[in-house]
Amino acid sequence: MNLRRLQDGRSFAILILVPLFLSSPPAPAGQAAAPSAAEILKKVDDNAVPGSKIMVSSMTIHGRRGDRTIKAKSWIEGENKAFTEYLDPPREKGIKMLKLGNQLWTYTPSTDRIIGISGSLLRQSVMGSDLSYEDMMENRKWSTIYAAADDGAETLLDRPCRILKLTATVPDTAYEVRRIWVDIERSLVLKEERFGKSGRLLKTFEVKDVKQMSGRWIQTRALVRDVLKEGDGTEFVIESVEFEARIPEVVFSKASLRK
Amino acid sequence: MIRFLFKGLIRDRSRLLFPFLTVTIGVLLTVFIFCYLKGASHEFVEFNADLLAGHVKIMTKGYAAEADSAPNDLALAEVEKLIGDLRTKYPEMTWTARIRFGGLLDVPDEAGETKSQGMIVGTAADILTPGSAELRRLKLDKAALKGRLPSKSGEILIGEILAERLHLEPGGKATLISSTMNGSMATANYTVSGIVRYGVRALDRMGLVMDIGDARAVLDMEDAAGEVLGWKADGLYERKTIESLAADFNARSAAASSDEMSPVMKTLRDQNEMAALQDQLAAVQGAILFVFILAMSLVLWNSGLIGSLRRYGEIGVRLALGEPKGGVYRAMLAEAVMIGILGTIAGTILGLALSYYLQAHGINISGLMKNAAIMLPSTLNTRVTPAAYVVGFIPGLVSTLIGTAIAGRGIYKRSTASLFKELET
Repeated sequence: MNLRRLQDGRSFAILILVPLFLSSPPAPAGQAAAPSAAEILKKVDDNAVPGSKIMVSSMTIHGRRGDRTIKAKSWIEGENKAFTEYLDPPREKGIKMLKLGNQLWTYTPSTDRIIGISGSLLRQSVMGSDLSYEDMMENRKWSTIYAAADDGAETLLDRPCRILKLTATVPDTAYEVRRIWVDIERSLVLKEERFGKSGRLLKTFEVKDVKQMSGRWIQTRALVRDVLKEGDGTEFVIESVEFEARIPEVVFSKASLRK
Repeated sequence: MIRFLFKGLIRDRSRLLFPFLTVTIGVLLTVFIFCYLKGASHEFVEFNADLLAGHVKIMTKGYAAEADSAPNDLALAEVEKLIGDLRTKYPEMTWTARIRFGGLLDVPDEAGETKSQGMIVGTAADILTPGSAELRRLKLDKAALKGRLPSKSGEILIGEILAERLHLEPGGKATLISSTMNGSMATANYTVSGIVRYGVRALDRMGLVMDIGDARAVLDMEDAAGEVLGWKADGLYERKTIESLAADFNARSAAASSDEMSPVMKTLRDQNEMAALQDQLAAVQGAILFVFILAMSLVLWNSGLIGSLRRYGEIGVRLALGEPKGGVYRAMLAEAVMIGILGTIAGTILGLALSYYLQAHGINISGLMKNAAIMLPSTLNTRVTPAAYVVGFIPGLVSTLIGTAIAGRGIYKRSTASLFKELET
C-alpha cells in the first residue's frame, strides 16, 4: 500500500483543489535506529499520493463577520492535475478551478469567463480562506527545496512527533522556513508553521483529526491560519474520498470548466 | 494742514507717483500671494475631502483601524438607516455612502480567456443618479478624457495609464475580480464607458470608478458600505464645528456599542495623516507669507528712505526758512501715511480683483502633476478671505511709515548754522 501524505503548501490543494491529505500504512513491527531529519523529510515526500482520487471536502472560514462553509468536489491526478467544482453555498456554486502543473484557471458562471490566475493574483486569498493561490501552486517535493534539521520533539494528538526545521535551499519558495511536526510512525505532518524571509510567522497548519480510511491514515480535519489576517482561521474537513478512481482525461481540460 | 499736504503731493508727481506706484505694486503682490497660498491650502483640503476623506467619514472601528486596505469585511451594515439618522441629527451636513475596494481587472481575448490583467483600486459612489454631487466631488465632470461617463448599470470608468496597459478603449469589456464583503470571490463583467485622467499617477495607473449599486451587487454588500462621508452643506471645512460634530457622534456611538463593528466618525484631520500635512502646510504657508511680507516691507521701507533722502535740499530750505524740525518731521510722516493709505487701497483693490478672478477660474498646474504620487489638485484657485482685505496694510502703510520715520530722523541732525553753506553747494 502506498504511503500518502497531507502536507502544507500542498495542504491547500489537499482541501480545496488538490486534496493532498496524507495517509500511511500501519506501523511496521519493531523499530530501527532513529532516522535523521533528512530521512524523515524524504519519507514524508515519498508518501505523496501518486494516484488518482475523487474527494468531497468542505472548508469553514472563520471570518470577522461570522463563519462561512464552502463545499467542493475535487478530481485529482497525482500532484499536477486537479479539478475542483464548488457545490455550495449558492453564491459559490458552479465556480470551478483547474490546475495543470504550474498553471491555474478559474471559471465563474456569473461572468462565463475562464480567468488565468497568475502574477499578483497568486498572492490573493482563495475564496476568502486563509490560503492563497500561491499555496495551492506549490507542488515540489520538500526534500528538493529545503534542508532539514532536527528541532525537538513533541506529542500531538497523542502521537509522538519529531519537529523538523526546513530552510529553503532555492530562492523561489513561497516560505523561507517551515517547522513541521511529523508523526514518525505514520510519516504524517500533524502541524506546521511557515515563516517569511524576515523570520516572521506567516501561517500555521494544525491537524485536528486523523482517521484510517480504506486502510490509510488520513488527516480529515485541519485548521489553517494566516496569522497576518484577523479571524480564527479556515477549517478543512474531508467528507469522503475515493482512491484510485478512474477519472477521464477530459476532466483536466479547460473545456470542462465551462461544462 | 492735511489738505495742504495732500495738495502738495498731488501737484508734485515726483513726491507722489513713484512712492504711490511702489506701494501699490508691493501691496498688490502681497494680497495676491496671500490669496494664492490660502487657495492652495483650501484646494488641498477640499480635494482630499471630496475625493477621499469627506469633512467627516464614518466607518466601523475595525475598518477605521485598517482603513488603508479598505477591509470591506468590516463594512458598515444598514447604511440607509444610518444615513437617515445622520440627516435628522446633523441637517447642516450632506451624507453619502461610498465603497472602496481592491481587485484585478481582467480583459478577455476573442475566446473569452485572459488577454491582460491589471491591479485596480476601485471607488464606488452614486454616479448614476441625475444631478448627483458625487460626479463633481470625484472630479469626473472635469477628468473624463475619452468616451463618456457611465449612464447605466454595468458601466465603469478606468484610469488612463491602466487603460493603456490593458489596451482598453471606451466600449471595451473587462471582468472585475475582487472579494465580497464575506470574503468570497467576486466577479462581474463590465463595459468601459470612459477613460479618465486625473493627473495623479496613483489614480491614473490603478483607478476604477463604478456606481455604488453595481459595487453592492458584485461585492455582496446590499445596504452596506465601507464608508459614509459627510460634508458641510455650505462646502466650507470649519475645523471646530467638524470636530465638535465628530465628538458628539462618537459619544453617542460609544454609548450604544463598543465592538469593532460599531460606527466611528473621523474628521478630515484624523485621516491619512492629514493633520500633520495640514499643520506642515500652514507652517510653510506662514513662513512664505512672513518672508514675503518682510521683503515687501523692506522694499517699501527703502522707498520711504529714498524718498526722504531725495528731499534733502527741500528740507534744508524749509528749516532755513524757520520751519520747526518737529513740524517738518510730522509733515513727512503725514505724507507717508497718505501715500501708504492710497497705495494700500489701490494695491488691495487690484490684488483682490486678480485673486477673485483666479478664485473663479483657477490656474492649471496639471503639467506639474504628471508624476505626482500623492493626491493633489491639478488646478489651483486663489481664495479671498477677510484677512486678504487688510494684509496689505502691513507692508503698504506700516513699512512706508517706518521707512519715512527712520529717514526723517536726519532732520534733527541738521545744523541750522550750516544750512546756508550746504545749500550753496
